Amino acid sequence: MQDPVARRNRRTGIAVLGVVAGMVGLSFAAVPLYAVFCRVTGYNGTVQTGGPAAPGAVAGQVTVRFAATTHPGLPWRFEAAQGSMPVHLGEQGLAFYRAANETDRAVEGVATYNVTPEVVGKYFHKTACFCFDAQTLQAGQSVEMPVSFWVDPAIAQDPNTRDIRTITLSYTFFRTLADAERTGALASAGPHVGRAAATP
Amino acid sequence: MAHAAHDTHGHDDHHDHTPGFVSRWFFSTNHKDIGTLYIIFSVVAACLGVGLSVLMRMELQEPGLQIFANGQMWNAMVSAHGLVMVFFVVMPALIGGFGNWFVPIMIGAPDMAFPRLNNISFWLLVPAFMLLGSSMFVGQGAGAGWTIYPPLSDSAYQSGPSMDMALFALHLAGASSILGAANFITTIFNMRAPGMTLHKMPLFVWAMLVTAFLLLLSVPVLGGAITMLITDRNFGTAFFKPEGGGDPVLFQHLFWFFGHPEVYIMILPAFGIVSHVLSTFSRKPIFGYLGMAYAMVAIGVVGFVVWAHHMFTSGISVDTRAYFMAATMIIAVPTGIKIFSWIATMWGGSLQLKTPMLFAIGFVFLFTVGGVTGVKLANAGVDVILHNTYYVIAHFHYVLSLGAVFGIYAGFYYWIGKMSGYQYPEFWGKVHFWMTFVGVNITFFPMHFLGAQGMPRRYPDYPDAFAGWNLVASIGSYISAASFLVFIYVVFLTFARKEKAAANPWGEGATTLEWQVSSPPPFHTFDELPRIR
Repeated sequence: MQDPVARRNRRTGIAVLGVVAGMVGLSFAAVPLYAVFCRVTGYNGTVQTGGPAAPGAVAGQVTVRFAATTHPGLPWRFEAAQGSMPVHLGEQGLAFYRAANETDRAVEGVATYNVTPEVVGKYFHKTACFCFDAQTLQAGQSVEMPVSFWVDPAIAQDPNTRDIRTITLSYTFFRTLADAERTGALASAGPHVGRAAATP
Repeated sequence: MAHAAHDTHGHDDHHDHTPGFVSRWFFSTNHKDIGTLYIIFSVVAACLGVGLSVLMRMELQEPGLQIFANGQMWNAMVSAHGLVMVFFVVMPALIGGFGNWFVPIMIGAPDMAFPRLNNISFWLLVPAFMLLGSSMFVGQGAGAGWTIYPPLSDSAYQSGPSMDMALFALHLAGASSILGAANFITTIFNMRAPGMTLHKMPLFVWAMLVTAFLLLLSVPVLGGAITMLITDRNFGTAFFKPEGGGDPVLFQHLFWFFGHPEVYIMILPAFGIVSHVLSTFSRKPIFGYLGMAYAMVAIGVVGFVVWAHHMFTSGISVDTRAYFMAATMIIAVPTGIKIFSWIATMWGGSLQLKTPMLFAIGFVFLFTVGGVTGVKLANAGVDVILHNTYYVIAHFHYVLSLGAVFGIYAGFYYWIGKMSGYQYPEFWGKVHFWMTFVGVNITFFPMHFLGAQGMPRRYPDYPDAFAGWNLVASIGSYISAASFLVFIYVVFLTFARKEKAAANPWGEGATTLEWQVSSPPPFHTFDELPRIR
């Protein structure tokens, strides 16, 4: 092989491997970018947080329903304190969830949350929520946890959302990774395939 | 059309001297030897892949659990079947095997651009295959499906080292593909013989070029995703764990950003082979050469922006579904151009129904069936019903198990005389074709009915109502497996009869450069570059 070809090959090869490195980088960059994308667009029913306070009630009303799910790895009883409630657009709503730690030691949990239908995400504002932080319940402790929210009146203008009358607010409580690690409940190699992590 | 000069020259007396066994086959840097290794590897892996599929069909022959101890054992075997077939049968045969063998010869290059990298590419695949194969027997196996979605692939549900072994196997196979792709791109861009412009390149080389670009852009994303999965499993990160702020749906996006181009990676080289075979045995140049080449480029480009049609039920919004549905259907246009051009190539040609031609015509027919069901599945509304049913299984086996595999067989019969110097037995080749054709259709066609009736995939058991067509499909799979044995017998006969193949056994229809060199080609081809006129 003549030298110029070898040199050209080396240059092409390096460029091509640079593309590979770029794609690996992009795949990792997708992690924060995906989170930002969901937050900005309300994609996947991602609600708006940290926004302004409720502007005050206007005409129009939606029914907000409350769903509660507990991951099997978290030894809590977690449920909504009310089935559903009507709120006016722009009106501050306040709802409660109940959680009870059914074990004899403190357990730390954290909730993920979204709304359904998913297109509502960008119009649903949470001003305060237990789900913003990890919650620790002492042994046998039972608490009522508040969430305050308001629905942007712009929902009635958007052709994609103006027909929506019912919004479901959903939470899933998980044991935090730190707590699972502390108590040895973190699933790891062991003979428990197909079962949830053992609870202490 | 092309003239090849490959005479020995004074400065190298040992021109056709081949090295000893170990240095020839283990330290090989020769593109033909590495291609041969890839093809042998693929046949060995196919024995495992086909064996697993027969076990699966034996289990599904009747309702109830017959031969599998439990669901996890079933899951592990199903996952291994998928991964083996994708990464260790189809890709090595089409890309590593035929690609390595014929891309350099077809463009008049003496070898690949990076011969030692080529050797590494192959030898990365061997430990990868061993890791994946043995993962079935470690612990309870890696049973997360070939899509390895978390949370099913998390340590909570797939504990023990078997899942990690499978993931590491994917890493190795991915590295092998990336290095191979880098090699192909460099070779095709820099090492074409004088006069071999991009627009004169044979369609198989075009197919390999597009495939290499797809590999280059998609496999690193899989690498990133499974790296995250491995650290989630073993090192306490939470890329895909909601309790740590991650999102399991992100994995689906990353996986299918790789996974959808991957299906074109498996089929594009088969497109190339089929174009050559149809043109050769119709004794006509391919109809619409440039359209064929750019149709593959279009399929490759659009293939990168349709991934979420695998996720219509993963909770994506109506507008997003509408976009991915429309984009997916657009792929039917370049694919339709290809099907049309293949038929137009045969139209009015003097057809010779030799075994490779039978497989190529079979490919066009079966790929069209699979393509049509693909368009049906692309409808987001319909897919909500058909998602994860046997309809999907039928669809992708029609394009892969029948499409890509028929492409591999077409290539094998077309080129075995060139590669080995021995021509295959025509009678047994035809027996092989008809058994395969009948077997795979009996296996997979009834799956359309099962899927349309709602039978879900990934279960070892089903309600009695599905028993009838499942029995038919199982019988079909036994015929298909028997046809694979016939294929092994054909290979045996080819080498046992030692019927010498001519440099060009196919006559005037075979115009590409590989038919200008002897059968088998000398150890070093094109020391003096051919000139393409």
